[in-house]
Amino acid sequence: MTTTAQPATSEFGRARKRKEDARLITGRTRWTDNITLPGMLHLAMVRSPFASATITGIDIEAAKQLPGVIAVYTGADLDAEQSGLPCVFPINADATPPRHVSIASDTVRFAGEIVVVVVARSAAAAKDAADAIQVDYDPLEPVLDMAAALTDSTVVHPDYGSNKWAFFSLDSAAADTGGNADEAIAAAEADPDSIVVKRRFRQQRLIPAFMEPRSIVVDPTGEQLTMWSSTQVPHIVKTMTALCLGLPEHKIRVIAPDVGGGFGGKLQVIPEEFLSVLVARRIGKPVKWTETRSESMVSGHHGRDQIQDITIAAKKDGMVTALKGELTADMGAYLGLLSPACPPFGGFILPAIYKIPAYKFTCTDVFTNKTWTDAYRGAGRPEATFAIERIMDELAVELGRDPLELREQNWIQNDEFPYTNAAGLIYDSGNYEAATARAKELFDYDGLRAEQRRRREVNDSLQLGIGISTYTEVCGLAPSRLLGALGASAGGWEHASIRMLATGKVEVVTGTSPHGQGHETAWSQLIAHKLGVPFEDVEVLHGDTQSSSKGLDTYGSRSLVVGGIAVVNAADKVIEKARKVAAHLLECSEQDLQFHSGKFIIKGTDRSTTIQEVAFATFTSHNFPEGMEPSLDSDATFDPENFSFPHGTHFCAAEVDTETGWVKIRSYVCVDDVGTVVNPLIVEGQIHGGLAQGIAQALFEEAVHDENGTLVTGTLADYLVPSAADLPSFTTDRTVTPATSNPLGVKGVGEAGTIASTPAVVNAVLDAVRHLGVTNIDMPCSPQRVWRAVQSARGAVKSTSEHATEAAAGGGLGSIDAQQGGAE
Amino acid sequence: MIPSAFDYVAASSVQEAVQVLSQAGEDAKVLAGGQSLVPVLRLRLATPTTLVDLNKISELRGVREDGDAIVVGAMTTHHDVINNELIAEHAALLALATLTVGDPQIRHRGTFGGALVHADPAGDLLAPAVALDCEMVIVGPSGRRTVPAGEFFVDLFTTAVGPDELLVEVRIPKKTGWGAHYEKFNRVAQAWSIVGVAAVVWTEGGSIAQARVALTNMGATPVRAVGVEQALIGQPASAATIRAAAEHAADGTSPTSDGSADADYREHLARVLTGRAVAAAAGVGGWRA
Repeated sequence: MTTTAQPATSEFGRARKRKEDARLITGRTRWTDNITLPGMLHLAMVRSPFASATITGIDIEAAKQLPGVIAVYTGADLDAEQSGLPCVFPINADATPPRHVSIASDTVRFAGEIVVVVVARSAAAAKDAADAIQVDYDPLEPVLDMAAALTDSTVVHPDYGSNKWAFFSLDSAAADTGGNADEAIAAAEADPDSIVVKRRFRQQRLIPAFMEPRSIVVDPTGEQLTMWSSTQVPHIVKTMTALCLGLPEHKIRVIAPDVGGGFGGKLQVIPEEFLSVLVARRIGKPVKWTETRSESMVSGHHGRDQIQDITIAAKKDGMVTALKGELTADMGAYLGLLSPACPPFGGFILPAIYKIPAYKFTCTDVFTNKTWTDAYRGAGRPEATFAIERIMDELAVELGRDPLELREQNWIQNDEFPYTNAAGLIYDSGNYEAATARAKELFDYDGLRAEQRRRREVNDSLQLGIGISTYTEVCGLAPSRLLGALGASAGGWEHASIRMLATGKVEVVTGTSPHGQGHETAWSQLIAHKLGVPFEDVEVLHGDTQSSSKGLDTYGSRSLVVGGIAVVNAADKVIEKARKVAAHLLECSEQDLQFHSGKFIIKGTDRSTTIQEVAFATFTSHNFPEGMEPSLDSDATFDPENFSFPHGTHFCAAEVDTETGWVKIRSYVCVDDVGTVVNPLIVEGQIHGGLAQGIAQALFEEAVHDENGTLVTGTLADYLVPSAADLPSFTTDRTVTPATSNPLGVKGVGEAGTIASTPAVVNAVLDAVRHLGVTNIDMPCSPQRVWRAVQSARGAVKSTSEHATEAAAGGGLGSIDAQQGGAE
Repeated sequence: MIPSAFDYVAASSVQEAVQVLSQAGEDAKVLAGGQSLVPVLRLRLATPTTLVDLNKISELRGVREDGDAIVVGAMTTHHDVINNELIAEHAALLALATLTVGDPQIRHRGTFGGALVHADPAGDLLAPAVALDCEMVIVGPSGRRTVPAGEFFVDLFTTAVGPDELLVEVRIPKKTGWGAHYEKFNRVAQAWSIVGVAAVVWTEGGSIAQARVALTNMGATPVRAVGVEQALIGQPASAATIRAAAEHAADGTSPTSDGSADADYREHLARVLTGRAVAAAAGVGGWRA
């Protein structure tokens, strides 16, 4: 065990305000769209309005005549050079992913696919020209529904021949991490002392809706082709541009300047990046493309979109005996960077915090004629957490048990760690008891249950529900060997470099690529803590492949637990080099030196030298240890031995207005355990934002397509992203159970709030109306859905009672009750 | 998002604005606060050739008293409506409804007249204008005319204001001492109303002497809930009366079905929200029992 208690220096654990915020909040920064280069041209894309169609003609002549138009390219012009966009985690080892074109030539497969690129002197001229282009389509019947897709009656990619892309499975019997789930479920069905509960859950399609639209500038005029992109993954974009477009890797530089949010939506190599490179190279001038919000909604990848069939078996005393999850996941029209892997990733964490004796998970990835899906905050884990936390509530209802007690009965106890879960993950640490106890205390669980009883007794039109989510998740991507075993094309290490400048200031180069997380602050705190230099003396460099030559970027709550460890490991190397120099300068042995708060002190004396003095002595190198190269600079590449497993307990109290279906979150309490904490303010921010996004899935957001495959929630007026006005004040707290898998004891925090909160809210909504006969409400739990669920439950109750005919006769005739019974 | 090209005229008087509109014809648009028009331009859902900006015409801003009415200039911002003492005293319903419009930034730019002429059926100020019996004062090349609010809203996004005319002010008959409430139902704070109910009630000795109720988004134009009003007038101001009256809220309405609500759900909401709005306006407590 390498457990490190929370180090008590002034920097580690300090709630510093973020050093990057002044420039971000005041707009004194450079987003990609602010970059203007001499002679720069602008791109506009013409996109297909059809979900599935054959292109029968493109008339570009009128557009070419418009003022300021430089060139117009169709798929026919670019197809020979465009290759395909990469999928690095195909899951299906037996087949080659269908070619993912950046620009369509003859067939379009989703509404939003690019068919023409316009190049003009201004963005306005490019837009005018795009509007003047006439594309003729022969519309085809689109495949929009996953069930229809599975029949293969119409296939999205005829060359591939089926809509079923990949089949992924986990089986605890085969992996020797448990028994045979199918057998255990069959046995439970035959056993009068057991119960089997099956439910189908729908994970609606979501849109990442990052604040800064995606933007790209490509400058082909230098020796290196330089691309600025609003991306989470500049290093991956660089490597993939080289591999896919055939450019030599050393001739490409990718820069992610300040990036305004991503949530997985910018964990992608996008068509517009490749097209910008192809067009810039052809014309020999810099080009810029910045998307509109409308473009972003249809063409940025979407998230979630799964059907989950969940079966749980338990003894009637509440002990779970088996769990089975069968998923169907909508890939959309193409496979993005990680599309096929996101839903299966959830399979590893579906057993969650519970001891599941027998476990089986399957996932079928299917193609449809919709925008492709890929990582979105949590990527597979919010879906899995929703499924397990919802089914635990359903089991509690079927058994007549308190849902919290039932969870407690089945969860892994604190003295059982490390624990190998049914999917084979090794949870290094956890203390579910402590987090739950603290959350109960903050929530007033018993008091709210009493109020709920009172409201039910008087048949209050405002009913109260309590929702629970006791989650754990798997993050900190990732041990390279595990990724390799799962068929990924890349590893999961991270890199850091420390440059000790002559004046004692420090440059830290990180391979992670922040887009709102606050790495500049947190990494500065880590360096100040390790090297004893002032926080202000640290500059964090990131997001430019020229300064940061190695890196695997930011996603999967990996930056601190992988990239941060690389930073501290590099700092340790700096200290070891500096110790040699200090010993030389102080004319003592290295063993006699103690390093503390930036000073090397000869033990038992008052003789010392500072790290800054050592840095300057290294710079001059006038008096330097024999045989040592004059540099303190150090690199470290860290490959984690295990994932990171944050956990916590979330409680939601929701009021449901049964007259209107309106849901109001009255209180939300969460106690998360993200291990040791470098900056509590940043952690708090991540939790708050995560909660907002998870609650958004429960109550507000849904990407809806019409029967033609057109996205009808195509603006932020229709796709309802909640604001602070729509959310309660959160009550948050933490327990600290340090991770044992890294020297800082830290765990990821970027996705935890989103992963945990969705089921807590839906469980609360259902708990409020369960006594009325409601058993399920699809997400988002919109007022209309909630109201209809209550109506149909009341109708069902009536139709099975002696008042059935009365209810039918009374429909619309006066009393509210009769009317509600007769609505529908 | 980039609008298509247009000519821009910052009019310095109503006369100048009307003159420019007359010359530009159907392809001209009037720019007030821009909170609805600018997004439409940026989405290229509208491609006017001329934009006539009213923001420099100071005579169109402000609220004044005129006998038994108060007069609100068409370019008065939502923020100024909310904070105006005359409106608070004589037309509180308008202030209450305006408080539910957009967010503070929008309320500082958006204008009362602009919202009315835009005539979005989900806009929150149309029903209050109808409930308050507002008179809309319109100026065009042939002079000034007045249209009652009940006839002002012609269809979706269409009013009695002609292409060469301007709404210049709104006369609101004083409803001093009337109880007022605007009940808005939407999914997030930044969304349009699914249904809204504007109610003003005059009570005397525990009875409802007069009542005016109008509905937002229950049809292409705001709808007076006449059946509700008739069922209230002369009745005791009680929960039972209001509940019974509210049952008539959806009578004669023709709500649409869209992504946020089906027509039957809107009809149901109209009944529930009308009860709540009238109860709040009449000061009848214990509504949710």
